[in-house]
Amino acid sequence: MSFTVEALSLALGGRCILDGVDAVFAPGRVTVVLGPNGAGKSTLLACLAGLRDPDTGVVRLGGVDRARIDRHDLARRIGFLPQTADVHWDIDVLTLVALGRFPHRGRWGAAADDDAAVAAALAATDVVGLAGRVVNTLSGGERSRALLARVLAGTPEWLLVDEPLASLDPAHAIDVLDCLRGIAATGAGVVVVLHDLNQAARVAHDVVLMKDGRIVAQGPAETVLTTEAIAATYGVAAQVGVGDDGRPFFVVTGRR
Amino acid sequence: MKFNLGLGVALIAAMALSLLAGKVWVPPLAFTSADPRWLIIFELRLPRTILAALVGAALGLSGAAMQGYLRNPLADPGLFGVSAGASLGAVLALFFGLTAQAWLLPAFALTGAGMSMALLALLVGRSGSLIVFTLGGVILSSIAGSMTALAISLAPTPFASAQIITWLMGALTDRSWDDVALALPLIGVGALLLALTGRALDALTLGETAARTMGVDPLRLQILIVVGVGLCVGASVATAGVIGFVGLMVPHIVRPFAGHRPSAVLLPAALGGALLLVVADSLVRVAPTVSELRLGIAMAMLGGPFFLVLLLRMRRQLP
Repeated sequence: MSFTVEALSLALGGRCILDGVDAVFAPGRVTVVLGPNGAGKSTLLACLAGLRDPDTGVVRLGGVDRARIDRHDLARRIGFLPQTADVHWDIDVLTLVALGRFPHRGRWGAAADDDAAVAAALAATDVVGLAGRVVNTLSGGERSRALLARVLAGTPEWLLVDEPLASLDPAHAIDVLDCLRGIAATGAGVVVVLHDLNQAARVAHDVVLMKDGRIVAQGPAETVLTTEAIAATYGVAAQVGVGDDGRPFFVVTGRR
Repeated sequence: MKFNLGLGVALIAAMALSLLAGKVWVPPLAFTSADPRWLIIFELRLPRTILAALVGAALGLSGAAMQGYLRNPLADPGLFGVSAGASLGAVLALFFGLTAQAWLLPAFALTGAGMSMALLALLVGRSGSLIVFTLGGVILSSIAGSMTALAISLAPTPFASAQIITWLMGALTDRSWDDVALALPLIGVGALLLALTGRALDALTLGETAARTMGVDPLRLQILIVVGVGLCVGASVATAGVIGFVGLMVPHIVRPFAGHRPSAVLLPAALGGALLLVVADSLVRVAPTVSELRLGIAMAMLGGPFFLVLLLRMRRQLP
């Protein structure tokens, strides 16, 4: 069940944000969308999530035009975690995660597998011990995982995450990244917007590199993330090394 | 669940007590005998008590729905202008002296409420935007408020302006079964519409963007809120005048007990609002004042200090 965008273009306020974007996202893999500020990463994600309709082009989910898919069906199949994930009332983590079952519920009743899905989501993000805590009293790392658990509880086929690592220290960032890898291992497709090249190299199976609303390169991380591609996309000089775990790491040495 | 049950029992008890309370105390046994005082109960106090419960429930429920919708604990059902619009309608009826028939003033008030709802819908259009919605409501409120002030100052006789000012300070004095018959269906339909918003309000806890990706239709939600609150508040103002603070205070008070989820606050806020108004209306009846204290004033006197306590508590929580 693939997720594709074809010739996607979108202008906002007279400015072209997406300019003929073609991309394919594969299930069971983590695809990182990378690019400088204003490249159109978040807008691409919003188009995938159904939050924005493109001016031209199509978003296809499993071969079907997304615009033809029912709102509730789409909500069951796509889980979206926005960048600024507010929680407005003093609800506890369990209540928050149970909200993730929203797309599966009828008007009044609960769906049969609610409890199992909520328990699985709590376990997958390692927040079982926090279930009784009020979300707004959690630390940044705990909060990120709890918010991720909310999306997971909906058991989506696709998980779209917009910059989940903002303001997380390295250890908690790694926790969240490993969590995303674990979700992909269960067969779901994960599309995540990131800023940090090293975090991207750690989590990505595939990379979509964007600049000025266009796709510069896409494919397996090891073929896309080269010093040349980084130089061309970000306008910086970078050196690549290989870490002890065999993964590449990047050091940005200056503007090009 | 237990909390709702407790509120329900308290409400029934308060309503029963309020039938007995007033300038004339009627003993419970008057029901069973052929005591003429049962006329006081049946023709005056029963409709008044029922109306107090209806109006209180409508205001409490509207407040809870508005706070959930705007994700703001300080939101009030009067915020989007329907209350001010209904007041203006009623004030115009008084201004032109159209009070010969008892149904004229409520009819004017309902027309005012309906017009302010229609104007708001026109202003917001199909955007479903929260900011436009809130600002549109504030603008409509202030326009209606200024026109009400104009009507007071231009009133043909001092008597008319006094009548308007008194009416604006809502009360349930001398309400009849006609008022109940007017308010009940409107508030019933409004409450039903607001009950339908509960789940979407829960999703909205996570913000507008997340709620949309969870399958919430923002336009449908906005229509349900506007029409639901409009019917509830419009019918309340038409039959009882302006009674402030109920919609603001009651959701606040019940929220910690109900569990903070917006949908869980709706029913207790309705029950709590009914309880508060029934008790308050009984108290103004037995208070040893020369003329009966207006219910709207009593609630405002309660509301000011409540706001103050709220502010002090919020200030303590600030870093």
